[in-house]
Amino acid sequence: MGFVTATAARQAGRNFFELAAQFRSFATIGFRRYATYRQATVASLATNTTFGFLRSYVLLAVVAASGAGSIAGYSRAQLMSFVWLGQGLIGVVLLWGWNDLSERIRSGDVVMDLLRPQHPVFAYVSADLGRAGYAFATRFLPPVVIGSIVFGMALPTRATTYALGLCSVLLAVLVCFLCRYLVNSCAYWLLDNRGPTMAWMVFSGVLGGLYFPLRMLPGWAMWALWLGTPFPSILQAPLDVISEHGGVPGPAAMLAVQAAWAVVLLAACLLVQRRAERRLVVQGG
Amino acid sequence: MNVIEARGLRKEFTVRAKAGRFRRTSSVVSAVDGVDLAVERGELLGYLGPNGAGKSTTLKMMTGVLHPTAGDLTVCGYAPVPQRRRLAARIGVVFGQRSGLQWDLPLRDSFTLLRHVHRVPAGEHAAALRRCTDLLDLGSFMDTPVRQLSLGQRMRGELTAALLHSPEVLFLDEPTIGLDVLSKQAVRQFLAELGARGDTTVVLTTHDLADIERLCRRIVVIDHGRVVHDGTLTQLHERYGSQRRVTADFAVPVVPGDVSGLPGVTLESAEAARLVFALDSTAEVGDLIARLVTWGTLRDLSIAEPEIEDVISRLYLSPATSIMS
Repeated sequence: MGFVTATAARQAGRNFFELAAQFRSFATIGFRRYATYRQATVASLATNTTFGFLRSYVLLAVVAASGAGSIAGYSRAQLMSFVWLGQGLIGVVLLWGWNDLSERIRSGDVVMDLLRPQHPVFAYVSADLGRAGYAFATRFLPPVVIGSIVFGMALPTRATTYALGLCSVLLAVLVCFLCRYLVNSCAYWLLDNRGPTMAWMVFSGVLGGLYFPLRMLPGWAMWALWLGTPFPSILQAPLDVISEHGGVPGPAAMLAVQAAWAVVLLAACLLVQRRAERRLVVQGG
Repeated sequence: MNVIEARGLRKEFTVRAKAGRFRRTSSVVSAVDGVDLAVERGELLGYLGPNGAGKSTTLKMMTGVLHPTAGDLTVCGYAPVPQRRRLAARIGVVFGQRSGLQWDLPLRDSFTLLRHVHRVPAGEHAAALRRCTDLLDLGSFMDTPVRQLSLGQRMRGELTAALLHSPEVLFLDEPTIGLDVLSKQAVRQFLAELGARGDTTVVLTTHDLADIERLCRRIVVIDHGRVVHDGTLTQLHERYGSQRRVTADFAVPVVPGDVSGLPGVTLESAEAARLVFALDSTAEVGDLIARLVTWGTLRDLSIAEPEIEDVISRLYLSPATSIMS
């Protein structure tokens, strides 16, 4: 942060560079925090890979049974991409197992988050993007490599797919984080957050395209999920963008829906945060 | 201008209790019940009270994390709740039972984060960190993850974290809770030096009365959400009839004479060669000693200052209304 030299500037308005420096330091903390626990990374990786094999064989059996060589517009190789990219992305978007915020609310430690000059959503989203960066290197790439070696995946044929895929993954991380933030924020009202967490685990997997591609559903159901819930924006969107599924919605439409959900959820998070702070009771004296 | 100003500050909580199988009754409890307080720049204020008196609630309102139910409150010229994030840049907070540090990471990483959080220039940050490292002896565990620190080490880390951005007001909620003697001394020494420099206002709540005795010139005692004393320690002793104790050891057993001629002196106990007298603030020690030497040969004499514990416990036990009158 060599941009600021005068002490007076500290109290003055913030500029882009300061904001970027703050983002970077929160992100660094998020990255380092997860990088500290290597055994946890290895354990998660092993689980994701095991389930990758399981899901591959199930979907291959479905393709074989259909006799057409493809289902819902996915070729055999595209299905393998769908499975293995999905197994890799679980860790990147961190679909499950994030209850930091609800735990801090329950214990009352959340006050320390409120006693910073930054908005808590900004601090948390920055840290989560740092975490996603670590997960991309350690939990996305290994399953994808294993999947492509063992089963043969469809690699993107167009150069633009890589750029669009990266954008889609980034938006997916954002949408997933905002959903998790909302689910965790229920603890301000409930204190014990196991109910919302459980509901989130079920819906995010089933309705997000993790267990089966949503394109297998009837058209109306698929569209209802895409437009009415944020779940497809978390996994189905980046998976279809990267595996270059040719059907409708196309990549541009999917990215647009993701971006729209990110905006809606961000607004919801800010609103919930404001309401939560109004009724905050700091637990534990 | 006062750094902290509170007028008629109140906070009510609704408490629900079970009453029968399905019914629940709710009642309103005033945690803070009309606190008036003005704190000047550079003051080191001790904020005392029994458990549940409303100390922490007051601090949480002053730092902007709790909404006051009623009353006016400004800290550093800000209204704490609506301007919480601006205020956060100007204050430092240590809640003894919370951590503002990054649990999984080395202590150093938390400090680096805080430099950016508070937009402190690198040079200024390094200087402040060096000062804290020296005074609080952080060097040996700077690279240890916070979760592996002992409580005393962590508290020293918390204090540093609260001070790195040179806040105008430092709020400390039980900073010495659960610390060993050495860590307590380190924290007290540090706060004493901070107080001596006189540019940081410190509001300190504690149950450790030695903290208060060592550090605070001004003491505010709160009970049942109301201020029951606001003044110096000496004033507190005067007001609640603190007694000094004079213990006299004679060479041979003596029969205590009459002390009724000495105002404020009462004989507490007499056993063989040892006499113990209690003296209130009106008593003259010199007169008593002059009298004692006429009774026999004095071998030893000791004068004990009043125990702050005594005063405070008497204060806590007495009903709030009678104290207010």
